[in-house]
Amino acid sequence: MSTVIDVEHLDFSFGSGALTQPVLKDITLSIHKGEIVLITGPSGSGKTTFLTIIGGLRQAFHGSVKVLDQQFINSSEPVKVKIRQQIGYIFQQHNLLKSLTALQNVSMTLEMGNTLTEQQRRDRSAEMLIAVGLGDRLDYKPGQLSGGQLQRVSIARALVGQPKIILADEPTASLDKQSGYEAVSLLKQLAKESQTTILLVTHDYRILDIADRVVELEDGVIKKV
Amino acid sequence: MNKLAWFYFPACLAWRQLIFDRSKLVAAICGVLFACVLVFMQLGFKDSLYASAASAPVKLNGDLFLMHKQSEAMWRPIQFKRSELMRVLGNPAVAEVYPLYLGLAPFKNIQTQVKRTLMVYGFDPDSLIFNIDEIKSKQVELRLKDTVLFDEYSRPEFGPVRQLLEADQNVTEINDYKVNIVGLFRMGVSFAADGNVITSDLNFMRIFPRRDSSDIDMGVIKLHPGASAKQVEAELKSQLNEFVNIFTYEELLKYEKDYWANTAPIGFIFGFGTVMGWVVGLVIVYQILFTDIANHRNEFATLKAMGYEHSYFIRLVFASAFFLAVLGFIPGYLLSVGLYHLAESQMYMPMPMLLSKIITVFMFILSMCVMAGLLAIRKLKDANPADMF
Repeated sequence: MSTVIDVEHLDFSFGSGALTQPVLKDITLSIHKGEIVLITGPSGSGKTTFLTIIGGLRQAFHGSVKVLDQQFINSSEPVKVKIRQQIGYIFQQHNLLKSLTALQNVSMTLEMGNTLTEQQRRDRSAEMLIAVGLGDRLDYKPGQLSGGQLQRVSIARALVGQPKIILADEPTASLDKQSGYEAVSLLKQLAKESQTTILLVTHDYRILDIADRVVELEDGVIKKV
Repeated sequence: MNKLAWFYFPACLAWRQLIFDRSKLVAAICGVLFACVLVFMQLGFKDSLYASAASAPVKLNGDLFLMHKQSEAMWRPIQFKRSELMRVLGNPAVAEVYPLYLGLAPFKNIQTQVKRTLMVYGFDPDSLIFNIDEIKSKQVELRLKDTVLFDEYSRPEFGPVRQLLEADQNVTEINDYKVNIVGLFRMGVSFAADGNVITSDLNFMRIFPRRDSSDIDMGVIKLHPGASAKQVEAELKSQLNEFVNIFTYEELLKYEKDYWANTAPIGFIFGFGTVMGWVVGLVIVYQILFTDIANHRNEFATLKAMGYEHSYFIRLVFASAFFLAVLGFIPGYLLSVGLYHLAESQMYMPMPMLLSKIITVFMFILSMCVMAGLLAIRKLKDANPADMF
């Protein structure tokens, strides 16, 4: 199995000089294609920071972070943007564009690639929304959808571009138990079908069972794999 | 497809975001509309000023014109000797010369007795130096003693002269001298004079008893057919005394316009007003774009995380600016057309809505919105995808 994410001896700290606050210390972790990995740990353990570094949203300077065979340490913005386009993101809040319909929101992912026609984008986005069970809500705007539905739209948005990696940050935090579990199961099912790697940060213990592997982070150190 | 998509996608999103919040869109359009109307009115007044400043010379029928070098403009002329004009006749290309007398004098409103200053033109009624049919047809009446023609386009403060004439009330005073109004003509007011009256050279001397008919304000020269005005002008320049200016028709118009544009502060005032309109509009559009970016910060950060480049959002901001410019310009233009008509009917000033002016104002508004966009894109830096987690 090929390695999709390969992290070696990653150190990261906020601030500088006397105020330096180490967040991640000597992290080494590799994740294979199609694997579903959950990162848990108490607040402030650095798990979200870790996720943003993997996603190319934060610049790290020490160690090695290879995502899809691309080194992120001291990399330039265009390199990171290119990798970001191959990653699907699911946020704690749904973060959908409130002026767009569900269908248009999902299409936003496809507009970047710019290889499809308008009709193809529509069809693929609609297919994806049907797959997450929102076939009858295509033209609804975020204001007209429930929390669970919104998170399912954002799952569709993350998956429609057929990304190699999905990064999710507490996707169930704003949902009740049942809809949270449904959303994550749906994510797992769709990801397994397309061999997508999932890295999911959570401290929701109710969803631990979907993972192939659970990584526990505490004070910036991997405690248990 | 690629080139189109480069602007189409961000423009599409900009449009959807604009129309999503209707009340804010209306406020934004009002801001642009306000700037648009302001600029239209300032430019309208300015052009109208230049047009009306030249309304009297436009109606003059001559090939060359003589004025004292010290005359700043027609409305405040310095007199020169009539003999200087007569010397022009020495040139073989010159057919006729006519003196023109100009003077500002109070005119008594027949109804209210209130006096208001207007411009009095004195000319030889046998000459045809005014290209106005009503004047040509009143040659006989103008030869009589104490007769004048009144400009129908004068401001209404001079009284409803047409109705008064129909009611046979045609006696009034100019410069405390009793005259009869024997007819009307149409010329137009300017910033220098609220009204115009035309009379014969002899009557002019009666109205202005201190004036001497040998001191003239302007000379109108007619050439033989086929003679080149430019060439004769050059010849006359070397023959005449240096204290006179000689103009062709076009040069006279330009001289009058330049006076109002440069010498008089009025040109500057309207120019300043135009710039202020631009600045006010800029601030309004900037505020709108700025708060818009601030409100969509999270959405932009999300899109950035998904892999959208920074330049996509710059294009998005400029697309919003462009839409605001167009959406504000259209009602602004329509409102301005109405206001131009109002100004023409209420203030008796010529305010034509020319295509060139429409294009100028649109460019003005567009540059304003683009500038606002340039200022607002700094705010995009706040959309940091790392903060989204």
